[in-house]
Amino acid sequence: MKQMSKIVRTITNLVYGFIIIFGFYVIVHGHLTPGGGFQGGAVVASAFALLVISYGALNIQKLLKKDLLSILESCGLTMFIVLSFLGLGITFFYNFLANSGSWFGDTAVIGINPGNMNTGGVIPLMNIAVGLEVLAALGVIVLIMAIGAEFTKKKENS
Amino acid sequence: MINNFPYIAVIIFIGLGIYTLMFKKNLIKIAIGICLIENGVNLFLITLGYRTGAVAPIYTHAPSGQSMVLPTPQALTLTSIVIGIATTALILSVAMMIYKHYGTLDVDKIRRLRG
Amino acid sequence: MKKIILGIAFLLFFSFLIVSAINMRPFGEPTFSEMDDYFIKNAQSETGANNVVTSIVFDYRGFDTLGEATVLFTAVVGIVALFRRAIK
Repeated sequence: MKQMSKIVRTITNLVYGFIIIFGFYVIVHGHLTPGGGFQGGAVVASAFALLVISYGALNIQKLLKKDLLSILESCGLTMFIVLSFLGLGITFFYNFLANSGSWFGDTAVIGINPGNMNTGGVIPLMNIAVGLEVLAALGVIVLIMAIGAEFTKKKENS
Repeated sequence: MINNFPYIAVIIFIGLGIYTLMFKKNLIKIAIGICLIENGVNLFLITLGYRTGAVAPIYTHAPSGQSMVLPTPQALTLTSIVIGIATTALILSVAMMIYKHYGTLDVDKIRRLRG
Repeated sequence: MKKIILGIAFLLFFSFLIVSAINMRPFGEPTFSEMDDYFIKNAQSETGANNVVTSIVFDYRGFDTLGEATVLFTAVVGIVALFRRAIK
């Protein structure tokens, strides 16, 4: 894919940082507001898709490296599985940090309240792990299909 | 009958998806038809769990004195949407490789060329 | 000839769907809601999160989320294997 015009590239340079930060906000506050791992990961991946469209697939490979995204995705899935095995003393997927007083362990006020971020137990950690995995997976899909579009093009005069 | 309008919208989605799947000859249009059927089924799952006059099942700054909708169909529709993404990405990648190999995206011609 | 038979079959199936959509139960009255009433009442005291949908996805039904993460991972493995010659 070729580069787009100068106006598009300038607006992309101004905007893509804010989109990535908003995506991380949606991931981290998943246990208080609507959102969570999957939704926030899709928002960050849309920032990557904006970069790929406006700069061209072959020029963006210095900024978005495919190997780094692949390692991030594997780390996300491994962290999710390790978190699910840690509560195995009582059962699989046990929430061993809820209402316990340590990291993310406050008790929540019953009823309608403005949220307290220190609650939730093991749920915010799982949100971060799944968010990392989804953003890396969707970023790899967009990048590889954009590079492959150059490869599968038919020769014009053959 | 006008009370059941969300169900009629779901039927229109699924009907258009099956029409595109049966009667069109381009591979990209067939992929769009499959995506339409998936979105129709996700909409049907969510509209099954609605209570009249209720709010979203979240306790942060919720309006007081109202009941909440059922949260379980929303949780399972999240899973279904992600599986739809995986299916659509794989279908489009296989269509790109078919175009490189055969030079055309017409379903009748792909069946007749050999090698 | 084949198109006429396909058209009649599609119209038959579509009319069956329309009749079943009109005769469904009225919109806004779910059938059995005992499990969801338990979730709405007890999710805040047992898990400590304000969002009931997130606590269902990651705590009460975390096994389904594990399967879904594996499906996404497998799709990415399949796409990278298809385009192996293009990215060399």
